[in-house]
Formats: sequence, C-alpha cells, structure tokens
Amino acid sequence: MAATDQVLGSEDSRGSLLYNPVVRGVFFQILVFGGLCAFLYWIVHNTQENLARAGRNVSFDFLYQRAGFDVGQSLIQYSSDSTQLDALIVGLLNTLLVAAAGIVTATIIGFVVGIGRLSRNWLIRKFCQVYVETFRNIPPLLVIFFWYLGVLAILPGPRDSFKLPFGSLLSNRGLFVPKPVWEEGSWLVGVAFLIAIAMGFFVARKASARQAATGQRFPVFWTNVALIVGLPLLALAAAGFPLSFSIPKLGAFQATGGLAIGPEFLALYLALSLYTASFIAEIVRAGILGVSKGQTEAAYALGLRPGATTRLVIVPQAMRIIVPPLTSQYLNLTKNSSLAIAVGYADLVSIGGTILNKSGESIQIVAIWMVVYLSISLATSLFMNWFNSRVALVER
Amino acid sequence: MKTTVKVMLGAAALGLAVPTASAATLDDVKAKGVLRCAVNTGLAGFAAPNDKGEFAGFDVDYCKAVAAAIFNDPSKVEYTPTTAKDRFEVLANGTVDMVARNTTWTLSRDTTLGFNFAGINYYDGQGFMINAKKLQGINSALQLSGASVCVQTGTTTELNLADYFKSNNLDYSPVVFEKIEEVNAAYDSGRCDVYTTDQSGLYSIRLGLTAPDDHVVLPEIISKEPLGPLVRHGDDQWFDIVKWTHNALIIAEEFGITQANVEEMKNSDNPEIKRVLGMEENSKFGTDLGLGEDWVVNIIKAVGNYGEIFERNIGSGSPLKIARGVNGLWTKGGLQYAPPIR
Repeated sequence: MAATDQVLGSEDSRGSLLYNPVVRGVFFQILVFGGLCAFLYWIVHNTQENLARAGRNVSFDFLYQRAGFDVGQSLIQYSSDSTQLDALIVGLLNTLLVAAAGIVTATIIGFVVGIGRLSRNWLIRKFCQVYVETFRNIPPLLVIFFWYLGVLAILPGPRDSFKLPFGSLLSNRGLFVPKPVWEEGSWLVGVAFLIAIAMGFFVARKASARQAATGQRFPVFWTNVALIVGLPLLALAAAGFPLSFSIPKLGAFQATGGLAIGPEFLALYLALSLYTASFIAEIVRAGILGVSKGQTEAAYALGLRPGATTRLVIVPQAMRIIVPPLTSQYLNLTKNSSLAIAVGYADLVSIGGTILNKSGESIQIVAIWMVVYLSISLATSLFMNWFNSRVALVER
Repeated sequence: MKTTVKVMLGAAALGLAVPTASAATLDDVKAKGVLRCAVNTGLAGFAAPNDKGEFAGFDVDYCKAVAAAIFNDPSKVEYTPTTAKDRFEVLANGTVDMVARNTTWTLSRDTTLGFNFAGINYYDGQGFMINAKKLQGINSALQLSGASVCVQTGTTTELNLADYFKSNNLDYSPVVFEKIEEVNAAYDSGRCDVYTTDQSGLYSIRLGLTAPDDHVVLPEIISKEPLGPLVRHGDDQWFDIVKWTHNALIIAEEFGITQANVEEMKNSDNPEIKRVLGMEENSKFGTDLGLGEDWVVNIIKAVGNYGEIFERNIGSGSPLKIARGVNGLWTKGGLQYAPPIR
C-alpha cells in the first residue's frame, strides 16, 4: 500500500514495478501459464478420478488380443486371428489410401477446373463454374451417399456386370480390374525403375548447370520420360517378361481373381475428390488472378513467349498464394475421410469403433483416433510448409 | 508424447461428462420421475416407432414393465434409441438406467464391460437370409463360399460370422455398417448376397424389404444368442428390480394371470397367486425390492404377462408371426423358467 501511495505521489511513475511494462508482461504471462497448468492438471486429475470411480482401468493391453472379426478391404495380410492392433493398422492404411488417392485426384481436377474457370471459351468457363458451385455447396456426406446409393448401388448385379476393356468388370460389388502378378526375376524391373529415377535427377541437374554456363538447352523432360519408361521395359525384356495378369472372372457370387475395388472405397474416393476439387479450383483461380497483369506485360516486354511467361512468371508467383490454403484443403480431405463410416468403408474410425464396442475401452480408442489424425495432419502440414518455403517468393 | 496422450484422455473424459453410477439407481429414477431405457433404433417387433410415433415392441414392453413396477405408470419411460455400437457406452456412462435392446448375454459383457444381464427374455440364434430369387439352388449356408455378407458392426453376430466361415473353410467378404437401417438398405439394394443377424431379427427385417417373399432364411443356426435386458455393475438392488420384473412376467404366465384378469386374480384362493400379487398378509416381498406390494399387479396391468408381450409384438398377434418354440414356458417344452417369488 505504501508503495502505491508513493507512486501516486511521485511525478515520474516509470520507476514503479507496478507500471513497468516488462514486469507487467512477465507477470501476466506467468498468470496465464499458471492458469493453463492448473486447467490441464484439473482435466487429468478429474479424468483419473472419474475413471477410478467408474471402476475403469486404462491400459492398452487389449490391443494384443485376437480381433475375431473380418475386414472387407485390407492392404496387408489380415484375418480374424490377427490382433486388434493389426486391425487398427489395416484401418489406418485404408484411411491413408483413400486420403492419398483423394488428394492426388482432387489436386488434378482442382487445377484443371480452376484454370478452366479462367478460360476464354464460354462453354468451358460456365461448365467449370457449375461444377464448383454444385460440389462446393453440398455437404460431403451427401456427395458420398450420392455416389454410394445413387450411382454404385444401382449398377447391375455381379452376374450381369458391365464388361470394360482389359477384362475389367463393373457391378454393384465394385470394380474388378486385372491384377499384375510378378513372378521370379521381376526385382530387376524395380531396380531399373529406381535407377531411371536417379538418372533423371542427374540429367536435370547437369542440364540446368549446362544452361547456366553456356546458354544451351537440353530436352530434359523427354529424356527423363524415355528413361523412366524405357529402362524398366528393357529390364522386363531382359528378365524374360516375368509378369502375368490375373483377370477377374464371373463367379457364383461375385467376380473372383483380379483386383477388387469395393464400392465403399469408390464412393468415398470419388466423393472426397470431387468435393475437395471444387475448393481447390477456387484456390487455384484466386492464385492466378492474384498475380498482377503487369507481370505478364513485363514478361512480354522482355520477349518471353506466352508459354514461358506462364511457366516462369505466373505459376511461380501464383503458387505462393495457392499453397497455404491448399494445405488446409488436404487436411480437410484427410479428416473428411472419417465419413467412411456412413458407407461401411473399413477406415480407422470404423475399425476403431468395432474394437471399442467389443472391448469397451472407449477412452483408449478415442485417444488413438485423436493421436493418429493429429499425426497425419501435422505430417501433411510439415510437408506442405516445406513445399511452401520452396515456392515462396524469394526476396533479394 | 506422454503428456499429449494424457491431455487427450482428459479431453475425452470431459466429453463423457461422467455422472457415474451412484449406488442407488432406484432413488435416481424416482427423483427424476422417469426411467431412462436404451432400445433399438428400429427393429420391427422389438423396438420401433409405431404409426403414432411412440416406441413399441417386445423390448420396449420390458422398459414399460420396469416403469410400471416403480411408478405404476408404463408411460414414464424416456427411450434412447441406440445403435449396436453405442448401447454399451450409454449404459456405462450413466446416460440410461437400463438397456433392453436385443442384446446377447456373453461372458465378456458381464466382466470386461461391467454389466449384469437380468435374465434371458428371448432365446435366439444367428441365421442367414438370402434372396432366393436371385440365388436359386442355394439352400444351405455351406454353399455360401465367396459371398459378400452384410452385417452390423459391434455385434456378436459379426464375430460368429468370422468364426463360422473360418471353421467351415469358406471365403466371404464382410460388408459392415454401423446402423441397422444402413445394413437393411445395402442388402435390399443387392450390395450383399447374404444378410446375417439373429433369426428373430431376420424375420423382422424381411418384412421391411421391397419384396419380402423373394427372401428366405436358411435353416442353419450358427450360434446361441440369449437376449436380455441389462444394467450396470455396482447396484444390486437395481439389478434385482429388473431381474424380478422379468421373472414376474414369466411367473404370471405360468399362473395364467393376464392383463384382463389380474384384478379378479387378486381374490384368488391359491396361496401362490396371492403371494405373487402381494395379497398375502403382512407380505413384504415388494418393499424388500424397494417397490410397492402391488408391483406385479402394476406390471401385468401395464403390459400383460410374458406370453401376452410375446404374442402382441412378435408372435401370432403381429406381422412377424414368430412361433414360441424354445421361448415357450418350461411347462410346455420351452426354456422360459423363472425362480419362484417366495
């Protein structure tokens, strides 16, 4: 109290601790930090107490018990004798599969449609606009139902499957495509492929060094295409074509042989791709429009041709606008993949739910869900941030 | 990492908002003035909204019977429609007081999940249904190798299915949904060749298909599915109330006490009937349970005896027309048997 009186009385209040901005800053930070700690402590303590009161024991041992249920689609060897942990891994891989496939497709469609919206052709422009406005304004769940119940479910039954090229079959049981069966000696093809990629990088580096030094250019793109396609083909021939295809055949119930892509995966994959693509299209359009017209004019004035202008001037500048919001869309797509449960696709949430119900270990399963989705999202963010720093405008 | 997990656990637990089992469920129910009962989201005959939008069915009548025993008013029930997956969580976290949702009694549900089954109100078994019009020539489950099978997740059915096909060396691809409505729609649209669940459920589901007559239930029964109402561990009094409500329904059928004649039966000279209906001098069976002496009278007045509940909802008085079979009274060659009220 005495100190305060003194402060009020004195002309210069800067000497007082109470009005010192540094001290006040530290004080409030300590206050907030302490509050946060107390809050976290309260949550953890409360949880432990409640769990103890409910007689629940939090342990992850149940993951090593026999699963006992089968899963429709699995990328790894799995049977009902596998552990529940294996089942969760199957679910995680299925989530990653649909997310990765969806991200690639959504990006391609999104870029095409986004550029299409800026086309000089009225028909293309309007078509792209209708696409964006339709898919952007429908909840993703309904898009999934549309594909699952509206398109795939009304396909003919397995015995009257549509016959597609290369012996593929399409029915309400999904798409059955020929499956490559690699026989002995096919490792050579894989090795050739890896060598081709390594050589591709080498060629690109050499070519750009040569262009910087002498101004002479080298057809890098076509050389690399020839390398990546040609070298494995050569290897295949050298090994005596150790490759055959398993062609799907109509069976008593559904097609046997070949690679089965279930309608659940197809519905989810198509819906997520088309839905997210509509957002990506708008991001791409905004990115391109965000580059000022003066840049194009300046490039033309320097004598660059339109193709080089787009490639060297417009796109690099558009990318730095496009990439950060693109990251959010990738994260959205990954998280929306948990809507799989509506169509019975065996993703992480769906399989986790089955285990939760069987074992009753809800808290652990919910924790696993959260940690896994958080990890996937953070990994995606990290990669996209790295990519963003590559494409970001370098100021000199 | 460890702290992250702990924080998540905390957040998850906050979400649960645990108002856990206080010891005296009966007091809670009386204080709230309503019994909270988890039922199926929609399984015709067992629990489904009727044309007035009220829940009705075999399991629903069990909720009503318990409400009648406590309040003498079968309408004092708050129904929580649950999927196979979340029925246990709502009971464990105290959102409901009991579950009557065609639930199979198993050891792990008794122990790991921490529930008590109050009896077996329906002896069921898992079966298979196929579209006989599309799949002609199939009359046994052993011919189903390579089929895709629709099944609801979180059920014993899903696990029996895996065991049955494995032990018979048959291939199949499971098509798994969370909600019974989704399974029905997928089967009806031809996504699967086979629908598997408890046989009672198959008969009920067949009624709702586009062309019920095209579908047949195969003869194999691959499991025991004793269905019954269940409560949480930790409150024996409440467990007793639900258990003896079920027993009273069976005992009433044994003695021929029906919804129509229960008042008349109160004047019976038969000492056993008098005791059951609380007419014995200085009787305290009801009060020992925590209920009134006329608890059985109230139950029967509200929903009738076990036989009446059965026939009205799933038996001859219903579109399902399920025969009593093993669910008949022990005196008539069935398995329904109740310990005496004494």
